[in-house]
This record gives sequence, structure tokens and C-alpha cells, in this order.
Amino acid sequence: MTAMTTPVIELRDVHKRFVSAPDLLQKIVGAVARQPAQTRTVHAVNGVNLQIAKGEVLGLVGESGCGKSTLGRVVAGLHPATEGQLLYKGQDVSGLGGQDKLAYTLGVQMVFQDPQASLNPRQKLHQILGEALHVHKLAPAAEVPGRVDAALAEVGLASEYRARLPHQISGGQRQRIGIARALMVTPEFLVCDEPVAALDVSIQAQVINLFMDLRAQRGLTYLFISHDLGVVRHISDKVAIMYLGKIVEMAPTAEIFGQAQHPYTQALLAEVPDVGRRKRVFTPIKGEIPSPLNPPPGCTFHPRCPHAMERCKQEVPRLRETSAGHVTACHLLD
Amino acid sequence: MTIPLLEVQDLQTVFHTEEGAWPAVSDIDIRLEAGEILGLVGESGSGKSVTGFSIFGMIDAPGEVTQGRVLFKGQDLRELSAESMRKLRGDRIAMIFQDPLMTLNPVLRIEEQMLEAIDAHQKLPKAQALQRCVEALAMVGIPAPEKRLRSYPHEFSGGMRQRVAIAIAMLNRPDLIICDEPTTALDVTIQGQILYRMQQICQAQGTALIWITHDLGVIAELADRVAVMYGGRIVETGTVAEVLDAPRHPYTQGLLNSLPAQATPGERLTQINGMAPSLSGRVPGCAFAPRCGRATPRCVDEQPPVTTIPGRAFRCFVPLEAPAA
Repeated sequence: MTAMTTPVIELRDVHKRFVSAPDLLQKIVGAVARQPAQTRTVHAVNGVNLQIAKGEVLGLVGESGCGKSTLGRVVAGLHPATEGQLLYKGQDVSGLGGQDKLAYTLGVQMVFQDPQASLNPRQKLHQILGEALHVHKLAPAAEVPGRVDAALAEVGLASEYRARLPHQISGGQRQRIGIARALMVTPEFLVCDEPVAALDVSIQAQVINLFMDLRAQRGLTYLFISHDLGVVRHISDKVAIMYLGKIVEMAPTAEIFGQAQHPYTQALLAEVPDVGRRKRVFTPIKGEIPSPLNPPPGCTFHPRCPHAMERCKQEVPRLRETSAGHVTACHLLD
Repeated sequence: MTIPLLEVQDLQTVFHTEEGAWPAVSDIDIRLEAGEILGLVGESGSGKSVTGFSIFGMIDAPGEVTQGRVLFKGQDLRELSAESMRKLRGDRIAMIFQDPLMTLNPVLRIEEQMLEAIDAHQKLPKAQALQRCVEALAMVGIPAPEKRLRSYPHEFSGGMRQRVAIAIAMLNRPDLIICDEPTTALDVTIQGQILYRMQQICQAQGTALIWITHDLGVIAELADRVAVMYGGRIVETGTVAEVLDAPRHPYTQGLLNSLPAQATPGERLTQINGMAPSLSGRVPGCAFAPRCGRATPRCVDEQPPVTTIPGRAFRCFVPLEAPAA
């Protein structure tokens, strides 16, 4: 990769806040108690910078509520960023219009965790797969059935399945349909939000293999969101670890798994159950994930961090390069 | 010979449907000593939860335990009256479920639910009972237990709620706890905390566990022995080290090979083709035969018998080679 190559996706200081204004009841209660109800803000994504090059797979790892899914949705254009820029092939998405906007909308597709919830239960599989082609007039009506069959074949399903309804197929097959639907518009970039989390181990392996085959055949680029470090390690070139709205560490996969620098990454790696370990003596990290409504000051990980210092409670650590190609946000590394 | 804590013999549970009675689990044999942790592993529909519920005597219509014995300290639980079984449940045998929101009553304070669990089994002065509740909450790592007794279930996070459920299960110091995927819905750092507490409690009190899960990693780290289920039968059982390091049943090996952690990053995973059979779609022989690379015609037609070698057992006509000693 040369320095001239434009990343497929680039985020520049992206924030996403969800604001809930007090409802009427809360306003009345507030007025009566003479304590006006506050607007509550969740800072789901809090200043994220990253670049994903063509053909690359970036694994995004974090626990519940860390903002990884929100970040994925911002990239896919399902949520507009509150602040910051999202660039698709070097162009700011918010300024796009006409053909350029369509190129982004179709070029970035999403695969969801729960295909049951993301497939219309009343549509047959060929309708689900063909819909985008009709809506965007990407293929003449006569060609659609052929394209649908080709898509089914690509994800390993026989064309008999075209007339089935989503509830008539298994969970693993539904996830294949979710992938096939995303591929119908020949995207370049897939945001995969926990695509194998709901699947059994043996089925999970089949779907991971499918993702890897598609990447090789179509040169796809993925943002692969997962809480499962084993899956991320297997499929990703680069891994970003997220905690409470911020990326705390990002590096090539082998670096993250071999030389994790952030105490949170180290704790996560230590906690992942490993079939190679026997009768482990558990020494878990303390505490719970804080509420994003009321994050701790300074480094948000400091209440749980075994190495926390005074400085960690006051000053937010900056994400900076700590070794070649490896960025970490931690005061310990200063 | 001493009597084991739990001995399940030839257990079968069927589900009655309009098309007939389908066996969900068959030929289940389990032996568990006091203080031992048995991992019961399988994928969705393999019958692992039905096995747990059958032991606990909680199979409701249309399900029915049709065969076998569940010997708890030598006594067959299937012969007990509903009343005696109710006395035993929550006292000597407890169960923990995946979703504590479904087992905790949302409109009662934790305190009332815990006192109720003690009260159902023994009469204690209230102060003493409360003290026991506080101790149980402290044991599972809930900060400020006296204060948290006054909380409602929704005021706890998911991980804390699961701790409350474990504390309630522990109240009467049971001999056996059946744990049905208790950490599956939790984040890894929280799962680590719960496993740590369970391990401590078992060591301190000699409680035996049946840990039902699909996660081989958890089993490897927590359990003494493992039983692998597929298609309603235990296909392989033995110590964790024996079964996971040198599986004899092709399904156990397939499952291990499917794990990304076992593979070289970036390479295709060794997958098991096809999918698990439905209750009505099982072949007469080994349920895994249609997906098995080693299957012979005999595997499809005939149920393989149990091969027992010291310390372990498996059901397969064409088992993998034993590792050279």
C-alpha cells in the first residue's frame, strides 16, 4: 500500500450523541420540585479517528454499551454523525449528492447480528434479495431472477430456497441471506455488526469461512464488529479496541494479541475463555462497565484499572502512536 | 462402593406433538461426585437444557420423562412425590438460568425473594435469615449487601442480577447446582468475575455443578469432566483434558476444529458441513452421521453402542484413534 492510496472509509473525530429531552411528566415533576428536569445525553461515540484501506478487515472489539454498533451504524450511514467527518473514498459523505451519494449508499452495506429481525417475515427470499435491484433500477426486471439465483449460489444456498420465507430456514441460512442481500448491490464495503454472535459454533465456522471467501473473491473491505476476540483475531488485519465511546488501542492483529499495551485490552485478552487452558484460577478485573450517561472523569477505564494513578482520574489520555503502527490511549505509556 | 452424589441412568425425555412423540434426549448416563464440576456441552437443540431440566424434575407437558432413573444420593427422584421434590428443589438441588430477569420477580425486593427461599425450607428467626441473605450476597461479590437487599431486580445490571440469582441458589447450601448457560448473555470481563465466584464457592462448600453451555472455552477452564451432547445423546464423556486434547468422537473433534482460536489466523476454518437435525429429522442411527466425514452406512442405520474405556466413554462405530501413549 502506498501513501497515495485513499482509504475506503475514513473517520475524522467522529462523535455521536443521543439526546433525550425530558418528557411532559418529567417537566411537571421538575417544576413542582423546583428542580428542572435535565436533558440526558449519551455520548455513544466520543471522538473516533480511523482509516480503513481497500481490501482491509478492521475488527472492532468492545463490550456491551461501548458504542461499537453505533460507530458501525454511523459508517453505514444509518445514523448521521453529530460531529466530525465521515469520508468515503476521500469525499465527505455529508456533502455528497446525486450519483455520488448513491455510490456511497450502495457502496457501503450492512450485515446485522439478528437476521430474524432484519429480514421482512412476509417477503419470500427472492423478494428480499431482488428488492434493492428494483428500487435502484440496477437491473432490468428480466435479469433479476438470474441475479437472485447467482447470489444464493454465492452464499452456498440452492435456488430452491428462493421461494421460502425467512422463518422456513435455519439461523445460519438466514445469516447467509442477510449477507447475500448486502451483496446484491455489489458494495465495496461491508459493516458486519456481530454477524456470527447468534450462531452455533459449527455454523459460525461456516459463516466465517463465507466472509473470508467473499473477501478473497470480491476484494471486499470489512468493518467487523464483534465482542468475540477469537473470531476477530481470525478474520481481521487490524483490530481496534473500544471502551465507552473511544478507541483505546488499535494495531495490527498480531500486535494486539501479542503485545497489547492498554490495560483494558490486556484484561479482555486474559478473560477470553480458552480451550487450551485447564482449571484456571480466575483473577478477574474488578468493577462493571460504567454507564455512558455518566462516564467517569479522566480515563474512563480508571475505576477498573489495576494500574490507575492520580493523573488517570483527571486527564483524558490521548490516542497516540506508541510503536510503529500501534496507537494506544494510556498515561502509563508516557 | 460409595454412592455418588448424582447418578443418572438411561434417562429419556420425549416431547409429544401432533405427529407423535419425539425423544429430545435418550440414553443419558451421568455420574457426578460431591464437589465435582461437570460441563455439559452442545449446540442449540442438542438436548443439554432438557437434560438439566429432566434432572431437576421440571419437564412440563408436552414434555415427559419416560424412562430411566435419576438417583440423587441413592434415591430415585422420579419416584418422589411432587411435594417431596418441591422440598428438595432449592434446598439440596438448585438451578440457575441464562436470564435472571425471568427467574426473579420484578415487583418484589431482593430481600423478600431471598427470605422466601429460606422460609420454604427451614424456619429461622428473621434476623438470622437476613444475616444469611447478606452473607450470600457478599459471597457472590455484591458491594454493600445490606443496602442492596432493599433493591428491586431492575435496579441491578445484568451481571449483578446473575449474581443475585446465584446467591439465591446458594442460600440453603445445596449439594448440586444445575447451571443452564448462566454467563452466556454476559460480557467477558463480567463472565470472568462470575466464574471466579462460582469456583471459589464450590471449593469452599463442596458444591457439585452441572454447567450447561455451548462454550468449550468456559468448560476447559472451569470443569473437571465434560459430556458432549449431539442430537439428544451424550456422544462423548471423560475428563476435560482427555476429551478436549484427544477427542475420540468425530463430532467433538469437529467442534474443536470449528473454533477460530484453534486455527491459523486468516486461513479457512475446518467447518462441519450441514446443520443439526431437528427432533423429527434424526436418522435411526447416529444423529451426527449425515454430517460426519467418517460415517459408514452402518452409522446411519444403527445406533452405536457406548464404548467404555477407563475414565471415558463415547458412542461411535468409527472413532478417532487413541493417541499413542
